Amino acid sequence: MDFLDKTALEIGGLIRQKELGVVEATRHALERIEETEPQVNAYIQVLEEQALAQAGTVQKRIDSGEALSPLAGVPMGLKDNICTKGIGTTCGSRMLEGFRPPYSATVAKKLEDAGAVLLGKLNMDEFAMGGSTETSWFGPTKNPWNPGHVPGGSSGGGAAAVAVGSAFYALGSDTGGSIRQPCSFCGISGIKPTYGAVSRYGLVAYASSLDQIGPMGRSIQDCAAILSLLEGHDNRDSTSVQRPPLDFSRSFGGDVNGLRIGVPKGYFGDGLDADVKEPILRAAKMLESLGAVVEEFDLPIADYAVPAYYVVACAEASSNLSRYDGVKYGFRSEAGDTLQDVYYNSRSEGFGIEVKRRIMLGSFVLSSGYYDAYYKKGLQVRGLIQQSFQHAFEAYDMILSPNAPTTAYKLGENISDPLKMYLGDIHTVSVNLAGLPAVTVPCGFGKGGLPVGLQLIGRPFDEPTLVRAAHAFQMQTDYHKQHPQLAKGGNAK
Amino acid sequence: MQIDDKLIAYLEELSRLRLSPREQEAAKVQLGDILTYIDQLGELDTTDVEALSHPFSFTNFFREDEMRPSFDRDLMLQNAPQQKDGCFKVPKAVE
Amino acid sequence: MTYELVAGLEVHVELSTASKIFCGCTTAFGGEPNTHVCPVCTGMPGTLPVLNKHVVEFAIRTGLALNCSITPYHKFDRKNYFYPDLPKAYQISQLYLPICQSGSLEIPGAANKRIGIHEIHMEEDAGKLIHDPWDDCTLVDYNRCGVPLLEIVSEPDFGSADEVVAYLEKLWEILMYLGVSDCKMQEGSMRADVNVSVRPVGSSELGTRTEMKNMNSMKAIHRAVTYEAQRQIELLDGGGKVMQETRRWDDNKDASFAMRSKENAQDYRYFPEPDLLPIKIDTGWIEAIRSDMPELPEEKRSRYQREFGLPEYDTQVLTSARELAYLFEEVTALCGKPKEVANLIMVELMRLMRDSDTLPENLSIDAHKVAALIRLITDGKINRNVGKDLLDKIYHSDVDPEAYVKEKGLMMLDDDDLVAKAVDAVLADHRKSVEDYKGGKDKAFGFLVGQAMKALKGKANPQTVNRILREKLER
Repeated sequence: MDFLDKTALEIGGLIRQKELGVVEATRHALERIEETEPQVNAYIQVLEEQALAQAGTVQKRIDSGEALSPLAGVPMGLKDNICTKGIGTTCGSRMLEGFRPPYSATVAKKLEDAGAVLLGKLNMDEFAMGGSTETSWFGPTKNPWNPGHVPGGSSGGGAAAVAVGSAFYALGSDTGGSIRQPCSFCGISGIKPTYGAVSRYGLVAYASSLDQIGPMGRSIQDCAAILSLLEGHDNRDSTSVQRPPLDFSRSFGGDVNGLRIGVPKGYFGDGLDADVKEPILRAAKMLESLGAVVEEFDLPIADYAVPAYYVVACAEASSNLSRYDGVKYGFRSEAGDTLQDVYYNSRSEGFGIEVKRRIMLGSFVLSSGYYDAYYKKGLQVRGLIQQSFQHAFEAYDMILSPNAPTTAYKLGENISDPLKMYLGDIHTVSVNLAGLPAVTVPCGFGKGGLPVGLQLIGRPFDEPTLVRAAHAFQMQTDYHKQHPQLAKGGNAK
Repeated sequence: MQIDDKLIAYLEELSRLRLSPREQEAAKVQLGDILTYIDQLGELDTTDVEALSHPFSFTNFFREDEMRPSFDRDLMLQNAPQQKDGCFKVPKAVE
Repeated sequence: MTYELVAGLEVHVELSTASKIFCGCTTAFGGEPNTHVCPVCTGMPGTLPVLNKHVVEFAIRTGLALNCSITPYHKFDRKNYFYPDLPKAYQISQLYLPICQSGSLEIPGAANKRIGIHEIHMEEDAGKLIHDPWDDCTLVDYNRCGVPLLEIVSEPDFGSADEVVAYLEKLWEILMYLGVSDCKMQEGSMRADVNVSVRPVGSSELGTRTEMKNMNSMKAIHRAVTYEAQRQIELLDGGGKVMQETRRWDDNKDASFAMRSKENAQDYRYFPEPDLLPIKIDTGWIEAIRSDMPELPEEKRSRYQREFGLPEYDTQVLTSARELAYLFEEVTALCGKPKEVANLIMVELMRLMRDSDTLPENLSIDAHKVAALIRLITDGKINRNVGKDLLDKIYHSDVDPEAYVKEKGLMMLDDDDLVAKAVDAVLADHRKSVEDYKGGKDKAFGFLVGQAMKALKGKANPQTVNRILREKLER
């Protein structure tokens, strides 16, 4: 069986039809992990014993006739900022090295109930702050299409694992593009759900009003199936929305006739690399040829999304990360004797420089004297951005754009220029600020064979329409079926 | 936006972080650049625009006043860097 | 130069909800350290707060009782600072839009002064720090973390320590009656931060104020306010300046001390709490709570005087605890004899409670049985002495009064012949007393009555005994 060619739903189907055992699928995945990890470093922790034991349990449940989800028995990975009871959850940071939460995130429990098999915890930028997975305390993840390049971030581990086949799907988190951009850089599909669609309980918070957990997989159909398992109101998360489940029943017919797709002119200016622009515009043409109405338009205020995002995200992060003080859990420095020493030293030694930078920026924009000009202003600009999208959605059903201005850049290229890194978020952050859903699917390749992803942004809770368009695209293309060839040892096919 | 030593020291104190002298110099430049970049938000007219703490305007989510069993103490202390007598332990907190 | 005192109070009240404000852990006082906690109230990564509806209702109830307007749209904010008793390193509180605003409380006194209430807001309590002298370290217990608090902030309207205490006493009484808190100051469920400043008499500007925090005794507060005002006056008279600072009140030394100065005034970086949704209160909800409000003690006292003709002193005693007032009302409703009920409670019942060290909140007595007891007395079926004993039995053993009286044969004797027989016997046995009485010693009469009552096993109608004894002695 060629596992690399199978989607999660296909594997789930084979398991349900008893053509494949859960333990067998899990073993394969574990072998693939062993094969690829030396080059890719997608995982912070691999749970070999536990995964096999869990696989056995799931197999028993299936054998006993228990009705499980279409993804039952499929091995997957969780980004390491999603709490798993009794299992190390580090957020890619020294600060939480060794931390074992006494509870699981709601999404982790939902997947476990649905029969998923947890292979391990996936690498990420420290506390989800970054776009390249280079700030992880556990070393960077490499892009399997070219290991000298970044996989994107902050959910780089998940994107790389799915791309290289060391997980059939992964859960990531997206605060400013952290699912979409790595999916784009690694040539896989992903969804950032509408804010509040998926419970944040158990997701270690970065920016509370922006964070969402979402699926990363081999096809948009896989991602929709995963999202259906994750979504729903949670009494433990006041910001999760009470509404009926997302209805994907009409998302897989391939019909995009009459769908109105807007293409913001501002996203296609000089800042966009030609080798990204081309595949994106070709994809737009493809959708047009399928019957969609594709049109250029102006999305005002979009330029201000990045500064507004960094103000809001860093402010919330600076507060969310204050709890890491060496008192109750996590890293405590040996240096010093006083209480203040515990605070200063534990935090200074436990956090990396990017996290420290964002905390300080956040403290600044909230500090008295600057609050109105920065934080309050940022929240107001958020309102303007939301209005801008609302206006756009009067004319269009969705907005088409790149996920990033470039393909995956080289490791080390941007890490010492934070502002340059931040500017790379230009296509993704406005979506989080407005709370909107967005999907990404691979749509081509740029220089050096590095993948390019197409982003579709939709109205709140209109994931089904986005999936419909993305799936129609995938029915006509095979970018999502292509896999990276790892140099030595890791054979793609 | 110019960042001076005094501001860096103040931000370190608010955040309970200590940067090395080299990191402080780098921070002055980087934070300065970032804040200058952020200053462009001042170009936008936001009079009468509501400051949005949440993307959507939902209100009123409550739970009923029902007591639920607390967690086992050993489990809660399991990740504690230092503990004593069932408590988290820190150096003396001076009032 | 004469100065006047200006003071303000921030009273923190722990609410007696079943569970904490943002999680389901118990709010019960005490308990082994860290046994009333969960990942939410200890700020573990990934956890989120969910608001307890009862806290909102208690806040509205309190606001209405204190004449506040209820803010129709309000929310929570984060107050950020580092301290080991604060696990998230921020406290969820309300700064920008508190739930109640612009209220007032009239304090009793000659002028019936009105103290303004600036605002009331909801927030979470912090944990407890225990100093460990053996290891010279601090131990942290998070049991109290997340217990819901109402902070009641007054205007700086107090002009004397007496006014401060009068306000606290009245506030205490109202909160008890509302049932929102057990207000046990010694347990810390009600504590006050006191701001004190002085200014020249006639000036309208406020002087620099100092703050003394977490005071939990009315007497100490009185002493502290008095001392601090005096200290500031002496300082100013001597040409000095009052520093704006937090001071520690030492009740043993009867003085306040400047606390070791912390860093610069704290920048709490308040911002709206993104993990909680804002709250919208419509008039329907407010009216539902208003119509459900318990009658407040002051109203009760007026009503008791009006409806039942009770003297003011009696109404004070009966309303000194919510449970006593309820018992009084319930029993009176059942038997229709308010004065009798009042006396029984004030004299006999409270004595029984004192003797058994029972607090009003633990009072457990069947109002129906007490009403039946009252009726037995007012119907003339038993005498008061029997009644007193019977109350004791009801209190300790929950006996049914009518059954008990029948069983023990305690019906009041009102048979003239029987009484006369007993009186004759007593007169015969106590000739000396008879002579004493006839010689002018009135006390002897009481003695003879007592003897007759004894002979009749205490069951006789004392009035009948009196009457017959007097008749016989006159002859």
